[in-house]
Amino acid sequence: MTDYSKIDFSELAAAFADDEVVTHSYVRDIRLASGRVIALITLDNGRDHTRPSTLGPVTLIELGERLDELTARAAAGEIQAVAITGKPYFLAAGADLSKVGEIPSRDIALKMGQLGHMVFGKLGELGVPSFTFINGLALGGGLEVALNSDYRTVDASAPAIALPEVFLGIVPAWGGAYLLPNLIGIENALKVVIENPLKNNRMLKAKDALELGIADAMFAPVNFLEDSLKWADGVLGGSVQVKRPNVPGKLERLAKWDVAVGIARKSIEGKLGTTAKSPYVALDLLKAAKSGTKAEGFAREDEALADLVSGDQFVASIYAFNLVQKRAKRPAGAPDKSLARKVTKVGIIGAGLMASQFALLFVRRLQVPVVITDLDQARVDKGLAYIRDEIGTLEQKGRIDADEANRLRALVSGTTDKADFSDCDWVIEAVFEDLAVKQQVFAEVEPHLSETAIIATNTSSLSVEEIGEKLTHPERLVGFHFFNPVAVMPLIEIVKTPKTDDETLATAFATAAKLKKSAVLTADAPGFVVNRLLAKVMGEAARAVDEGTPVPVVEKALAPIGLPMGPFELIDLVGWAVAAHVQDTMVREFPERFYASENMHALSKLGSPVVEKDKHGKVTDLTKDAKKAITVGKTSVDAATILRRVEDELAREIKLMLDEGVVTAAEDIDLCLILGAGWPFQAGGATPYLDRVGASERVFGDTFHHPAIRGVGA
Amino acid sequence: MYWNTRADDLAVKAITGLLERNPNLPPERVDDVAIAATTQQGDQGLTLGRTAAILAGLPMSVPGFAIDRMCAGAMTAVTTTGSGIGFGQYDVVIAGGVEHMGRHPMGLDADPNPRFLTEKLVAADALNMGNTAERLHDRFPELTKERSDRFGMLSQQKVQAAYDAGHIQPDLVPVAIRTAEGWGLASEDEGRRPATTMEGLASLKTPFRPHGRVTAGNASPLTDGATAAILASSDAAKELGLTTKMRMVSFGFAGVEPEVMGIGPIPSTEKALKRAGLSIDDIGLFELNEAFAVQVLSFLDHFGIADDDARVNPWGGAIAIGHPLAASGVRLMLQLARQFEQHPEVRYGITAMCVGLGQGGTVIWENPHHKRYGKGR
Repeated sequence: MTDYSKIDFSELAAAFADDEVVTHSYVRDIRLASGRVIALITLDNGRDHTRPSTLGPVTLIELGERLDELTARAAAGEIQAVAITGKPYFLAAGADLSKVGEIPSRDIALKMGQLGHMVFGKLGELGVPSFTFINGLALGGGLEVALNSDYRTVDASAPAIALPEVFLGIVPAWGGAYLLPNLIGIENALKVVIENPLKNNRMLKAKDALELGIADAMFAPVNFLEDSLKWADGVLGGSVQVKRPNVPGKLERLAKWDVAVGIARKSIEGKLGTTAKSPYVALDLLKAAKSGTKAEGFAREDEALADLVSGDQFVASIYAFNLVQKRAKRPAGAPDKSLARKVTKVGIIGAGLMASQFALLFVRRLQVPVVITDLDQARVDKGLAYIRDEIGTLEQKGRIDADEANRLRALVSGTTDKADFSDCDWVIEAVFEDLAVKQQVFAEVEPHLSETAIIATNTSSLSVEEIGEKLTHPERLVGFHFFNPVAVMPLIEIVKTPKTDDETLATAFATAAKLKKSAVLTADAPGFVVNRLLAKVMGEAARAVDEGTPVPVVEKALAPIGLPMGPFELIDLVGWAVAAHVQDTMVREFPERFYASENMHALSKLGSPVVEKDKHGKVTDLTKDAKKAITVGKTSVDAATILRRVEDELAREIKLMLDEGVVTAAEDIDLCLILGAGWPFQAGGATPYLDRVGASERVFGDTFHHPAIRGVGA
Repeated sequence: MYWNTRADDLAVKAITGLLERNPNLPPERVDDVAIAATTQQGDQGLTLGRTAAILAGLPMSVPGFAIDRMCAGAMTAVTTTGSGIGFGQYDVVIAGGVEHMGRHPMGLDADPNPRFLTEKLVAADALNMGNTAERLHDRFPELTKERSDRFGMLSQQKVQAAYDAGHIQPDLVPVAIRTAEGWGLASEDEGRRPATTMEGLASLKTPFRPHGRVTAGNASPLTDGATAAILASSDAAKELGLTTKMRMVSFGFAGVEPEVMGIGPIPSTEKALKRAGLSIDDIGLFELNEAFAVQVLSFLDHFGIADDDARVNPWGGAIAIGHPLAASGVRLMLQLARQFEQHPEVRYGITAMCVGLGQGGTVIWENPHHKRYGKGR
């Protein structure tokens, strides 16, 4: 058993002392109606609501000192309970992540866990009951403060309660992995600790926390603290009985626990593969929490955290997290925001499915008139009907109320007369991916537009500059490349041609932000970022199959990267014809570097399912029909060869893109792959992974990042 | 205590405290919410009755409005909505008031019409309440500083005795407060000075005049607070099972010279007595707002009541508890209602207060615990 009191934490505190925004632990005695005194600790970093309280070593040491003092006061009979709450809107947002990526050694990482355990553990050893009043956001270590307390209340308006550690490549290790399953049962704990973080970091609302049994009581925000104190008084006096129906009993431990963990493990393996470490470490910890003492559980968490924090995946995850949280909000290369023009009406050329999805997105987010157009009234009417149906669906689901639905329906109109675009500030096309077609529709529309209207193209593979060749004002043309499904995927590649002016570009960035999308600036280069790199992956997969490698081998070859789907699952999702077309485009531009496959074209014309899938949607093999439709060679390669080829080709292509100035920095490549293709945090997108597996070194004798984004190692 | 607490939040917490104590009242049955404040701006503005009702969680269907009669705000909220009940247009209302005098000192940013001065309608110093209290000492020389000080000291002692007996606490709503040292809980009146002595009072400064008579010891302090009460028709009270604590019998408001605003409760009380067909001798309990000791004493002298009459402010008053202007009217009612419970032999009581700019307000109440309650005279 670890004796935390014997550990010297001074080195850890010193490493943070200069930069930590310390969350102070203020203590005030409160006399309750019964006459009992509760010592109320307020966690407050002294900053406003834009800087949630976080928990660093200096913060923890201070809290520990306060808890020691309160333990003595409890022994002296001065206080009958201790409670913790936070500054308005926040309990605490968890460990201070701003420095955690710079932890210098495994030993310091180990002490990070141990310090949390030592301090939070005191909440169970005060000699009087401890309470946490979850007054607002409680994430990670913030929620673990509560879990280490004897009782918890939650403010009904608390916006987010979660243990997001697994999302970031670590595990709840200040007691969460041991305490939570022993409080709310193994199945609920699996959901909170593993399932939710892996679902795009889903978080709980207060009501969920109450239902799961994380909180014992919930109170309305109007009198949250007053009601919590009154409730605590009732608990202390015995008039309030705390019921915890989800606390696991003997039967659950004997019969359910291991089974539930086993099912969860199978499900994660099926959906995610086994590359990401943190979900499996979390599974092991949750499994072990079934028996043994709290001290043993804490010691397991210490070691697990130290391993993960000093590993590569966590550091890459933090890199990725910062890209998504920070860089995505301040796109590199975007012109000054003040140059952006107002968009008060949107014109959409096309009334097909993509165009209709654009119309829905623009009208919902911008709340301005949106007019769609197409060759004939029948197509326009079909598009309008789709949009109005979708608005109706949103209304039925309660996402918008009836007034808002009416407003949106009234804002959308259709026309076959291009003159109706005359007062649009933003016109975007969603017509067939063909240069001549796109050139022609813009040429038809431009004479009707005001001189300041922005023209945007959603092309995924054509040259934006060439699309604008026939425009009188090509400086107002910008590429605005969405990803499918438009409503869900968070990325837009904003493409600047040599002629695009700053006002146009600024308007494109402002519009993307209003659409609640993250935008990355790219040059007008074939495939921009995401499609160019996915074409590399798909091309290498096709090449291996053409050579005679069985599809199951190819499909699993890239598992060590941890991609969300294998290459053929991806191709099947985007469509075999689209994929073949993208390959052709890239080969046309770069015949020496990209690979097009006749077999891909054959499969795109198959007309029946191309692949077999398992229950998780993973491709297991080609269908019989598909196998008949293709011709393959006899030089099968192994998985390691395919993986190495993909790694090397990606490293080579990304280096070229950076040298060509397709994007500002490697960070933008990674951001595009994370947001546009779902590449994993633990790989940092692509470049941290390529550096750490040596692909960068093999291909161009250097790394993308200096220093490389690596853990300190054991 | 309340420096970091918004004024509207104080009003909201008074309302939620009230609803919590009256679980029988379905919130949607509240027909109106009248909340008073003197300085209706900033966190004390924006149609307080409506905003406080929403923030307190009352249904959107419940309307609300704001009221201002300076110190008699809550009293006017009560009489106005009570009149609506009497006229049959309301079943149940919530009436109260709030004044955050820390954030909204009396008269802050006021822009009095210059005609008040140029036409000598009101003396320049009549807008300062301390000066009007000094003016009462001038008018009634028999109201000495010594009498005022003694009244102030007794008020402090009576409030503390009432606290010690647990009379005050049941009607208080604890409020969480944010301080530099973390969250705390306000659960008692902050300004009490139970150790006050005559010697101590004699040494206090007279801030309104050199060698004057009005001091911090014989005047109400600047206080932040809020109050709320439920008023209902007797039919609605019966239907909903609401406990009747008092019955409104009559009320009166009256104007006096602003320079001596403290005597306002004298004519307002005479009006209210006349309308009720009662005389001062019928009144068994008096809750008189202690804006200034001298102003209460002028009332007592007028009606021939002794300074230390046991019927008057038996649990002390604003000199010790404070006078958050537009909130105080309901605070007087709360204390009178509690005393009615303890004094079933008393049939009628009054709440009365002076009002800035030369006014007085009085409400006469009947004790439901009296054996002749509801049976006529």
